Amino acid sequence: MSVDDVGELDTASQAASTFGTNVTTTYDAKPTSRVLWVDRFLTFIRFVFILVISVGLLAFIAQQINPQNPFAQWINPDATGLTAAQFKGLLVTGLAQGAMYGLIALGYSMVYGVLGFINFAHGEVFMVGAMSGMITSNKLADAGLWEDAFLFCLLFIVVSSIVLSTATAVIMERIAYRPLRGAPRLIPLITSIGVSFFLQNVSVVLLGPGAKSYPALPSWLSQKRSLIGFQIEGTKLVVLLTAAVSMAGLWYLVERTKTGKAMRAVAEDKEIAALMGIDVNRIIVTTFAVGGAMAGVAGILWGILFRSVIHTTGFLPGIKAFSAAVVGGIGNLGGAMAGGLSLGAAEATAPLMLLEPLGVDGVSQLRDAVAFAVLIFVLLVRPSGLFGERLSEDERA
Amino acid sequence: MLQISDLSVTFGGLHALRNLDFQVTEGEIVSVIGPNGAGKTTFFNMISGMVTPTSGDIVFEGESLLGLDPSQVTERGIARTFQNVRLFANMTILENVMVAQHCRTDQKVFGALFQTNAFKSEENAIREYGEEVLSFFGTRLTGYRLEQPASVLSYANRRRLEIARAMATRPRLLLLDEPVAGMNPRESAELTALIGRLRSEWGFTIVIIEHDMSVVRDVSDRVVVLDHGESIAHGSYEQVANDPNVIEAYLGRQVQDEQAEEETSP
Amino acid sequence: MTATSNGTPTLEAPGLDWRRQIRFSLIGALSSAFIALAGMPVGLDRRNIIQPLLSMGYLSLLWVPFVLASLAGSQVVLEGMTERVRSSKDLVAGALVGLGSALGLVALMILVKNFNIRDPLVNWSPQLLDLLSFNRSAGLGMVFWIVLGTTLGLMGGAMHVVPTAVRSKTLTVLLSVLAVSVLETFITDLLKGFQLEIFTDFIYYKRGGLEIVGALLVAALAIVIPLLVGDRITVVRTRVREMPADERSRVNLILLLVGSALLLVLPFFLGKITNELLANVGLFVLLALGLNIVVGLAGILDLGYVAFFAVGGYTTAVLTSPNSPGFSPQLPWPVALIVVVVLTGLVGLFIGAPVIRMRGDYLAIVTLGFGEIIRLLFLSDWLSGWFGGAQGITNIPGVDVGFATVNGIDPRSIFLLVLVFSAIAIYISWRLEHSRIGRAWMAIREDEDVAEAMGVNTTNTKLMAFVVGAVLASFSGAIFSAKVGSIFPTSFLMLISIIILVVVIVGGMGNIVGVIVGALVLIGILGGPKQPGLLQEFSEFKLLIYGALLVWMMLKRPEGLVPNVRRSRELHQEEFLQDAWLKGEIDTDDEENPS
Repeated sequence: MSVDDVGELDTASQAASTFGTNVTTTYDAKPTSRVLWVDRFLTFIRFVFILVISVGLLAFIAQQINPQNPFAQWINPDATGLTAAQFKGLLVTGLAQGAMYGLIALGYSMVYGVLGFINFAHGEVFMVGAMSGMITSNKLADAGLWEDAFLFCLLFIVVSSIVLSTATAVIMERIAYRPLRGAPRLIPLITSIGVSFFLQNVSVVLLGPGAKSYPALPSWLSQKRSLIGFQIEGTKLVVLLTAAVSMAGLWYLVERTKTGKAMRAVAEDKEIAALMGIDVNRIIVTTFAVGGAMAGVAGILWGILFRSVIHTTGFLPGIKAFSAAVVGGIGNLGGAMAGGLSLGAAEATAPLMLLEPLGVDGVSQLRDAVAFAVLIFVLLVRPSGLFGERLSEDERA
Repeated sequence: MLQISDLSVTFGGLHALRNLDFQVTEGEIVSVIGPNGAGKTTFFNMISGMVTPTSGDIVFEGESLLGLDPSQVTERGIARTFQNVRLFANMTILENVMVAQHCRTDQKVFGALFQTNAFKSEENAIREYGEEVLSFFGTRLTGYRLEQPASVLSYANRRRLEIARAMATRPRLLLLDEPVAGMNPRESAELTALIGRLRSEWGFTIVIIEHDMSVVRDVSDRVVVLDHGESIAHGSYEQVANDPNVIEAYLGRQVQDEQAEEETSP
Repeated sequence: MTATSNGTPTLEAPGLDWRRQIRFSLIGALSSAFIALAGMPVGLDRRNIIQPLLSMGYLSLLWVPFVLASLAGSQVVLEGMTERVRSSKDLVAGALVGLGSALGLVALMILVKNFNIRDPLVNWSPQLLDLLSFNRSAGLGMVFWIVLGTTLGLMGGAMHVVPTAVRSKTLTVLLSVLAVSVLETFITDLLKGFQLEIFTDFIYYKRGGLEIVGALLVAALAIVIPLLVGDRITVVRTRVREMPADERSRVNLILLLVGSALLLVLPFFLGKITNELLANVGLFVLLALGLNIVVGLAGILDLGYVAFFAVGGYTTAVLTSPNSPGFSPQLPWPVALIVVVVLTGLVGLFIGAPVIRMRGDYLAIVTLGFGEIIRLLFLSDWLSGWFGGAQGITNIPGVDVGFATVNGIDPRSIFLLVLVFSAIAIYISWRLEHSRIGRAWMAIREDEDVAEAMGVNTTNTKLMAFVVGAVLASFSGAIFSAKVGSIFPTSFLMLISIIILVVVIVGGMGNIVGVIVGALVLIGILGGPKQPGLLQEFSEFKLLIYGALLVWMMLKRPEGLVPNVRRSRELHQEEFLQDAWLKGEIDTDDEENPS
């Protein structure tokens, strides 16, 4: 900088000071530190998370080896430990639930991929599926068909629940989300919260507030069978199988068909896709429909697993399924399923394997807290999910 | 003032910038030119801390900028504008320049709640400095416009407001990303003159990305040409304009020199 | 295109869109049937509007043909287009929509009469049929509905045909009769405070609802009062507007002082129920003001906002209650409040720090997760040694202010306390909005990356929004525990976060007045998550209405009832620019303005 220029600069700052400014340019003051305290704090939280997990696991292992050993005694003298059978049981339960989360997560993941917002109401689509299954199965049971022709009934309730959930998802898209395309990001998100709230309460006012149950399952289904060293209840087997079949079907649809290709194109860039002759609206509706169908299947699986449904049934599984989608990497369909399975397994086993050895009481109450903690942990450690996101540049912002 | 050495950035296998060396001395106006996709905007994003380089170093006044957040880079005296104008469209014009003084001011919640004298005088100072910066562009952004939202401004005035907003952060190095894009010849000539005044009156050192060769010719002390993320030429405008590498980058191989001359200079 | 005499081209507006009418008829039919099956007519029949003519139950069905016919007939008037000449066709169209809605009910009646699917649909009942047929034979009821629906539809359609003055008068009369009836508890209570029971005894029926004479009186007043006072108000207003700035601000200050003085004496004229109700509204005003800073100003969607309310409530309980299971210092409430504020602020930092860098929608879901985690921790056996688990903490003393104790037994004192804290919260919101940090919040809401590039430390600034929001929620929590006297995990469901969000959005994001109006309208009339509002009968349906309202607001009026100028600009960018262009405000000319 030449001498003259420096002079000019001085006049400029003098000009500023004649306005009575006391705003000083703080070049000379100590600049803010490079590492914000937030970052330090985050590192600390990550560290604490990992510490808790490792100490808990170590304590668990110590107990499993010998409940009397000093480390286990020191951490939690009352812990009982798990037998292999218990552990396998927990794992299977977790995986079965996780498969269900995975099925719901697919819907979240697909909609997020295509429209870039969390459809909070997707959990309610799942609830609608479960409710419709409850109604049809009870009607079929009244007609005496449930026990006699169980497989036919199952097929029937699955199909009717798919139809109803798909219809819910599509109508929802048409009424609530389509008018909001291109609105600021927060708007469709808040709308979906409203839709979710509305659907829950529609169920309350139409069907009544109490919990409703599915008819008892035939005994041959709920029986335990042993399979590669695991004792698996038939219902859980059905859940796992159905999830696998649905997943395979979805994979075929997305990766191998023309519609799937169009979906991926729309997810990448809506405008370009439209220029390429893809009917974007139709593809978005298809996405909602496919997601809705998966949620419908998941609803029936919920009915089979828990045999009880209430208007809030969709809420927690919905949130957890979204967490599963994030854990697996949003927009990534395989990731959604894998995320569901890992989340299910984690929430089933972690309370007993991590928290109880650490001396926490009443661990089963903290299952849901564990699920959310998994979400927070994954987002802190790997914000793009375990298996990577697949999103267009836009939505990543 | 600014030293960039051996800077590279890759986006998943794509080399946006490769082994770039670049420096700016205080008081200079340097233009960065190059065909589309040459990595010019990435280059700015890197200096302003929005993209982290894969390797290399950026040193501003003896301090490395690597690992700093964009706001910290701005605090150290580098301000920028954006190629696709990004104003706070629903805030008023005055608020746009007021908010840009954030890192030069320090009143917190306490001052605002208790209306301390320090708070009031700082608010006044922010407002006055904001108006001063805006008046650099004549009356276009002042008067009744102060309280209008930025979204009503015409395209050229949005570009001007963006420059004003960058000025309001009290930088020493100003990065202008295509400041005259979308302006007509008269407006761009006017802005060219203003860029000169930014240096002479405000003492800013300036780096410009520009496609308009007449602006580049008129304002720059030095020109750096980027192509495929690499610096292929640098020097005065005349030197660069006649550099065979540059002509090749813009027009492809096997082109007559005269033609190239025609294309690059208006 | 035709050219009018002054040469500006205008476009002929299109004629009646019959497909639109048919669509609205279908919507009407479906909504009527849905409302009937949701149990509103039966459930709300207890509440009289005008005794014995109209009950809330019937009203829940009757508004459908009227409003839908009116909506179907409305059309956007564009600048430069002549408005379509209204004709008798509009009446026919309105009647058609009304008929459609009525037919929906008729179809439902036929189905209810002949089939029984009460098993899944709980409201598929003989009572519904009785009610729908006006306790006469079903056939007569159907004829009645068809006539009624068509008439109402006709009236709805007529709203566009009659002169504006008539239309606005009709609407004023309808709305004031409805309002006076809905506000019955409040008005009775207030007038009782002034020893004016005679008036309320005259207009209200003993067991709720207006008498016919009362309704007529209200209608007459609604017409007469604006005629008498209307002009004068405008005169005063223009006079104030024309005053010089300092005088105007003095007038505003006086108005503000008078207003607050009135508010402060108001509780002494109100009865227990109304004070209680307003105290509840006040608690939600506090919560909503806090969330407004987070969502409305800084644009961070925090769905776990109830967590701070819970922390505030529980901390107060632990610090003041002798029954606190773990640690019981039994501090006086004001001292506890300081600890509460500091602690909640810290919790705000603790929750905020990990989520603040996440992108908006992840942030929403993670904050929701935090909200649930905090509730589950309060509920858990693990921490029941400190927080009492499901049994909660009871026996929380009120606020001892020397001459009196403020607690739930005396809702008046609670209301006063809430008023004071609301005033503080309003002041905080107002000052912060117009400060360096408020501008930074707005910049972040507009474009976070650019704000960062312009030197705003977005992490710290957003955290600050989080902390300020948390502190305001902790006020509410502290008052809540003093008011209720006991605290349980079920007081802090995720539902509350959503309801606060609805209040903020319905009122108007980013707008203090809007937030207060939102809380008054929603919490005051419909009621909070557990607190009844003026329409107690609505308790079954209020959540349904909240959900529907949230969606409807987002679709039709995202800026809320009392919009913030900036927010509505953002949400209606295109319309705003069009208006500015038409008014010649837009800047198309790049010539330097003559100075």
